[in-house]
Amino acid sequence: MRTTITVNGEARALDIDPRTTLLDALREHLKLTGAKKGCDHGQCGACTVLVNGTRINACLSLAVMHDGDEVTTIEGLGTPEKLHPMQQAFLSEDAYQCGYCTPGQICSAVGMLAEVEAGLPSHATADVAQPAAVDGAEIRERMSGNICRCSAYPQIVAAIEAVAGGKA
Amino acid sequence: MKPFTYERAADARAAVKAAAETPGARFIAGGTNLLDLMKLEIEAPQHLIDVSRLPMAAIEAEGEGLRIGAMATNSQVAGHAEVRRRYPVLTQAIVSGASGQLRNRATTGGNLMQRTRCPYFYDASKPCNKREPGAGCAALEGVSRETAILGASHACVAVHPSDMAVALVALDAEVETLTPSGEARRFPLMELHRLPGETPHLETHLIPGELITAVVLPPPPEGGQRYRKARDRASYATAHASIAVAGGKVALGGVAHKPWRAVTAEAALAAGASPDEAMTAELAEAQAIGENAFKLPLTARLGAATIREARGETP
Amino acid sequence: MSSVNDWAGPNPVKDNRSGLIGKGVDRYEGPLKVTGTAPYAYEVQPPSPPAYGVMVGATVATGRITGVDIAEAEAAPGVLLVWTHRNVPAQPAKGTRKHPRSTAGSKPALESDRVAYFGQPVALVVADTLENATAAARLVRLTYDAASPDVDFAARKAGAGQPPGEEDVEIGNFGEGFAASAVQLDETWTTPIQNHCQMEPCASLAWWEGDRCIAHTSIQMVKPAQHGLAETLGIDRDDVRLMTRYIGGGFGGKGQTYDDLTLAALAARALGRPVKVAFTRQQMMHGTIHRPATVQRVRLGADRDGRLNAFSLMTWTHCHRDGAFTEHASNFARTLYAAPNRLTGHRLVKLDLPGAGPMRAPGEASGTLSLECAMDELAERLGLDPVELRIRNEPPVDPENGRPFSQRQLVRCLKEGAQLFGWDRRLPTPGQVRDGRWLVGYGMAAAIRGNFLLPAKCSFSVDDDGVITVRQGMTDIGTGTYTVLAQIAAETLGVPLGQVRVEIGDSELPPAPGSGGQFGAATAGSAALMAGMNLRKAIAELATGDAESPLHGGDPAKIVFQDGVVGIENRSETLAGLIRRAAPGGLTVEGEIRPASDMREWSQQTYGAHFCEVGVDPVTGEVRVRRMLGVFAAGRIINAKTARSQLTGGMIWGAASALTEGNPVDPRYGSLLGQDLAQYLVPVQADIGEVEAIMLDEVDDKANPMGIKGVGELGNSGSGAAVANAIYNACGVRVREYPITPDKLLAGLIARGL
Repeated sequence: MRTTITVNGEARALDIDPRTTLLDALREHLKLTGAKKGCDHGQCGACTVLVNGTRINACLSLAVMHDGDEVTTIEGLGTPEKLHPMQQAFLSEDAYQCGYCTPGQICSAVGMLAEVEAGLPSHATADVAQPAAVDGAEIRERMSGNICRCSAYPQIVAAIEAVAGGKA
Repeated sequence: MKPFTYERAADARAAVKAAAETPGARFIAGGTNLLDLMKLEIEAPQHLIDVSRLPMAAIEAEGEGLRIGAMATNSQVAGHAEVRRRYPVLTQAIVSGASGQLRNRATTGGNLMQRTRCPYFYDASKPCNKREPGAGCAALEGVSRETAILGASHACVAVHPSDMAVALVALDAEVETLTPSGEARRFPLMELHRLPGETPHLETHLIPGELITAVVLPPPPEGGQRYRKARDRASYATAHASIAVAGGKVALGGVAHKPWRAVTAEAALAAGASPDEAMTAELAEAQAIGENAFKLPLTARLGAATIREARGETP
Repeated sequence: MSSVNDWAGPNPVKDNRSGLIGKGVDRYEGPLKVTGTAPYAYEVQPPSPPAYGVMVGATVATGRITGVDIAEAEAAPGVLLVWTHRNVPAQPAKGTRKHPRSTAGSKPALESDRVAYFGQPVALVVADTLENATAAARLVRLTYDAASPDVDFAARKAGAGQPPGEEDVEIGNFGEGFAASAVQLDETWTTPIQNHCQMEPCASLAWWEGDRCIAHTSIQMVKPAQHGLAETLGIDRDDVRLMTRYIGGGFGGKGQTYDDLTLAALAARALGRPVKVAFTRQQMMHGTIHRPATVQRVRLGADRDGRLNAFSLMTWTHCHRDGAFTEHASNFARTLYAAPNRLTGHRLVKLDLPGAGPMRAPGEASGTLSLECAMDELAERLGLDPVELRIRNEPPVDPENGRPFSQRQLVRCLKEGAQLFGWDRRLPTPGQVRDGRWLVGYGMAAAIRGNFLLPAKCSFSVDDDGVITVRQGMTDIGTGTYTVLAQIAAETLGVPLGQVRVEIGDSELPPAPGSGGQFGAATAGSAALMAGMNLRKAIAELATGDAESPLHGGDPAKIVFQDGVVGIENRSETLAGLIRRAAPGGLTVEGEIRPASDMREWSQQTYGAHFCEVGVDPVTGEVRVRRMLGVFAAGRIINAKTARSQLTGGMIWGAASALTEGNPVDPRYGSLLGQDLAQYLVPVQADIGEVEAIMLDEVDDKANPMGIKGVGELGNSGSGAAVANAIYNACGVRVREYPITPDKLLAGLIARGL
């Protein structure tokens, strides 16, 4: 099936099997291997990308369902020469070890801060009628869809706090 | 995944028409559970009708209540100002399920249609009456910690995984659908899901090809609201047991094949029973099958504590 | 023969003139990892488009494949080949070593009709796309003559025997000592099967260049993978180039190759095009090794002052029918506490479960979950503080063999940890502290993990730009190898970090043992130091012997390397200038490390102390880790940042062992219940509160020339026990059957009337 997805600002025309997930389209067709396949079932978050600015699991979405969508992957956030502030914070805080969950963590963190900015509540929000704060408990809850088996969790919180603090 | 054809529905009527006319057709919206199961070939539709872009995502006032379009994502519902202000139990339930990424994609209709997370259902090498009617139930005498204590049958002991639906049931929500013949229906959400009985593969009372178009909330009941969930992990895990309290209405999750409206507990509370007495009454018919025995005291304790919390008392 | 005395002299790492050693510099490969541009095995772009292989797992645990129908799969769209044991290319029998010095034997895939465990790969489908291969894999129809699996560990435990070649170790007379002790404790703990759950499932990509196989795989050890693949393919070892540049977690589970590698290589040869094969997450749970379950009986006999008189830890565990792996959960205990009468040992039973094998801190991770809780229980019976009980049983020499400790700062870890944590605020009577709906408790435990040094080589080059390139057949599984090698190179040659390149993860490079057993940094790093010192010598001789150099005629031993400049007193020139003029094209030298022959005259361990604060919800039995602090003594630290991450990661692993991780066996099917990351629960961000790791100053001059030791597994030793002890302190319930899930804790809470 013919599908056009704007990936990292560039329109990419694909002729693709309807079964191909957004994740496999990125990794196997567009050679954007930053988004990782950790479980392929939405249980780990390593495939997290931003679709129209919102973080989702690319493994649980068909590429053909994203015709016309704007997808931002880790490669679209920054490059080794010009890091996105969240990428820089992960580097500085050592918020990763093996690096396999890292692109998903970073995309998720960027999407998550946008959700906080939009005032969306989480399970850590004591009064869901009120806007949530960006504190450690909120970050931990909101980042729980991204598993890090190396368990860089404290460092990930520190990296996100550094970026969130810089914004405030 | 088995090969399938794909179409994007132009409107809801076209979607149900296509579903009625195409063998093996399924609707797909967020896809977070359907694709999960398709990858394991537990679901193997021959045709997918993409309803995700249908203009059914609005959340708007309906009389004194609220109408939530079936395509509204879990995040949109949880974050909606009116939901947070008037139906906090719904927000609390939604944000206690899955992950941020999944909630951004999963829809209201899809959440109601999601299937059990029973490990024996997911392992196609094991007998399961849901996957293959008549095959038997591996969970019945298996590792049974997460199985049902209410309304189970010898054919199936699986539980419904939704948090959102538990709150909706406590809120007396109604479901709006479009039948394959294009007729609009509206009925209580409590009547959507079935108990397993002899036919656990039939999970809802929807007609094949019927599309959920909206969930409608009546005005919130008098009294406090609260959702609580007990689980192994602090986040991103299904419930051992959960409870939604909205005024005098109570529903339980993680304990039955469907979101369980605790009518016995409600009646007891209405008659002046204590939260503990009400929960004990509700669970009088509950049955353990082994490792899930802990769910009886857990549900009773969590239930009573949450009722107290909703009332503003010390849990 | 070498001696630890040979390591006593000064060297650039000890001198640390630029201060790079110990500094928490950012990871060398970090910019690639945070931008998603570090290619893991499945992501390497081969010279031509790859075909996709998908494996099929057995759906029975034991028996024989009696029927094979691959017609439908072969006819499916895009399918290029379908293999089962009936048509897979012939491979040398398992274990064949054609080359006498191969570090691994042949490991044939789809070897026979025998099924030895649930999920065993029994077929391969290769197709033009991943979607076609995945769909066709489900069309392979196999029928089995299945036998009833023998997997019930609890039932078979009574018949367990000694592991091959092992005996119980008894010192003094345990039975008499225990009987004569004023205070006795005799309790049994169980730990479940655990899965590594590396974020990157095992994956391989292979192609052929003529008769030569090029393979990228996700593996902790390069040489055994290369040798094993060559033996399996029946080709010369030099005809296999095996690469593993980036590895998405290992934890012991990628210490061996699996059939993805063999099948990718065989299929690439058969099809004449690159083939890649990955395990699915579901396949990982059965198809790769796991940490086996244990039953551990601890007996402690003490006098009323808390001095241990008798001590025993006996472990029962299991391994695969064809295997011999033993989870040595009792070994560490031989070194930890003083007691005149001691008995330790293991019992092993072989089952039809998938392969048991090493997982982060094998032995210690399981064993501390019993002994360090037993010590907590004993302290309570004695009315002693658990920290004080450990201090009272501090041995002056290794209590098992009388050897002196090379370094042992356990008591300092305990004392400093207690102070930093605020241990004095702990109330010894459980259930006294409430914070909202939570009962709050403190717990602590000791940590210990062995230290090892293995033989390794390394090469160092300097080029015309003065850039130092480190080359080593080493791996970085997230441990920080790239970075510590860069630091050692920069410090040794006196160049900025930006002037160092590190190439690892390639069988073409000088061999190193890889990552495992927390021996990586010490082993690979020591070889790097040796190579660096050899390069210094070569450069010094080059400069002093070069008539055009300002250093000409100087004493090579007096040359200083700093800031990219080589100099003697006030004479100097740039390293780049020297090389460009005197050795155009650069210099390359090798270095090598071997364990000293007298190393084992000292008892060498790493130590630590864990302190933990948990909350227990008395209504639901849910537990939250609020705060963890570890204080560790593990030799000189090369990189404070990556070492801390290793330690905090290990601490969280321990917390997970205490709280969520365990994979139940369904004995009817011989399979594990948890087959994905929704069923097998590793911790998520919300499970873990504040975690801090402190590293004490230490140099262990008996360990290696740098005095460093490993930290990759130490954090995982004891931290689970600290959590369990904190749970008891919070609510007064002891659960000795891990993990301590709400169902188990709730029963105790109800029994206590909570």
